[in-house]
Amino acid sequence: MPVPFQLFIATRKGLWIATSNADRSAWSLSAPHFLGKQCHHAVLDPRDGVTLLCANRQWHLGPTVHRSLDGGLTWKEAASPPRFTTGEARGRAVDHVFWLSPGHASEPGVWYAGTSPQGLFRSEDGGVTWVAVAGFNDHPDQHRWVGSDKDQTPDGGKLHSILVDPRDPAHLYVSMSGGGTFESTDRGETWAPLNAGVSLDMYPPKEDGSEYPYGHDPHCVVLHPKNPDRLWQQNHCGIHRLDRGEGRWLRVGRAMPEEVGDIGFGIVVHPEDPDRAWVFPMDGGGDWPRTSPSGRPAVYTTADGGASWQRQDAGLPTEQAWWTVKRQALVGDLGAPMGLYLGLTSGEVWTSVNEGASFAPLFRHLPQIHALSVAGA
Amino acid sequence: MEARVCVPTQLRVYTGGKAEVVAVGETLGALLSDLDRRYPGFRRHVVDEQDRVRRHILLYLQGEREEDLAAPVPPGAELFIIGALSGG
Repeated sequence: MPVPFQLFIATRKGLWIATSNADRSAWSLSAPHFLGKQCHHAVLDPRDGVTLLCANRQWHLGPTVHRSLDGGLTWKEAASPPRFTTGEARGRAVDHVFWLSPGHASEPGVWYAGTSPQGLFRSEDGGVTWVAVAGFNDHPDQHRWVGSDKDQTPDGGKLHSILVDPRDPAHLYVSMSGGGTFESTDRGETWAPLNAGVSLDMYPPKEDGSEYPYGHDPHCVVLHPKNPDRLWQQNHCGIHRLDRGEGRWLRVGRAMPEEVGDIGFGIVVHPEDPDRAWVFPMDGGGDWPRTSPSGRPAVYTTADGGASWQRQDAGLPTEQAWWTVKRQALVGDLGAPMGLYLGLTSGEVWTSVNEGASFAPLFRHLPQIHALSVAGA
Repeated sequence: MEARVCVPTQLRVYTGGKAEVVAVGETLGALLSDLDRRYPGFRRHVVDEQDRVRRHILLYLQGEREEDLAAPVPPGAELFIIGALSGG
């Protein structure tokens, strides 16, 4: 009996869990969890299929992480949620836990969390207690990496896209808006920037012609599970691809149609083919409306590593659709063919069960969607 | 000093639904720490990790708005914790 797919829909006012049948043709939607709380990310542990974590915050009471071991029937708050060191000179306090990533397959119980402002935290007990990754949070240059308040996203800087190399539990990537992408090969003790070749249009060119080593704005970074030396990045300044052997990010978004551009939030890779990826472009011109360009939403996909891109919009609204898809709300599943899911700022979920060839609405009338994650298959 | 603490609806999940509880402490900060011992998780939702009262929480000690955790707690004090207008 195939395991059904589950979609975890984290919204501005709660979490909903959707469950499908085996071929994803019928879905049921749960009652809301955490109604009234802002949910930023909910992720089911693929290693045990049981541990479900939800990063949320109540307007008055601040951020926390909740944990369920029974599919969301009951939840328990973390005994010690992510928090910066009391009394630290920079005076940081976690505003919200933005990102959750399960650790390496060989390290059951290990999770990572990324926060706003930018901080990295680790749990070794399945999300019950969290400790700061001091090598990152307290790095003497960290304040230079992230810049000032003027360098952050509108609702605060974020650490996201925590990636663990499937070949090596000590090899980590994190990305920050703002700050750029960083890499550790010693489980977070030391870090180095990994931004060579990434566009950084919002700052003036350096006089000596050199690149900024950090300060970039990756919106979402993914690693291909079958070829972990290939990374893709949807950046504030375009779509990039990195093959570690080449050492520099390549702006493959330059091949996107000029009238659409290559600005967006999320990016998805095909679970088997490292040359295939999907993005959801948004309008990054003028006042940066962050809506679908011209009110005509579409996904763009590449099958040749970004050398060319094709529009996919069958079934999507053809005009006057001014929503967008946030960085955590464009996800793919492990089905064959891959299912693609779009969580909209207008509270709808759209899906494609044929790798973007056509789309259909799945759920409507939800609050603004912050994040999706999908489990199963 | 023992104080009577009025708990807003948002925090009653930590007090087992009680709207009013008792805590002991010489200062406002000590009072919150005692509340946390009695009701684990309570303190961190009133103040952040830098001991700043959270943005949308108001504390009234003896009828006066208070944000200084070093503020002394007089005998028989009343602490009102209020969830300020917030949300959207």
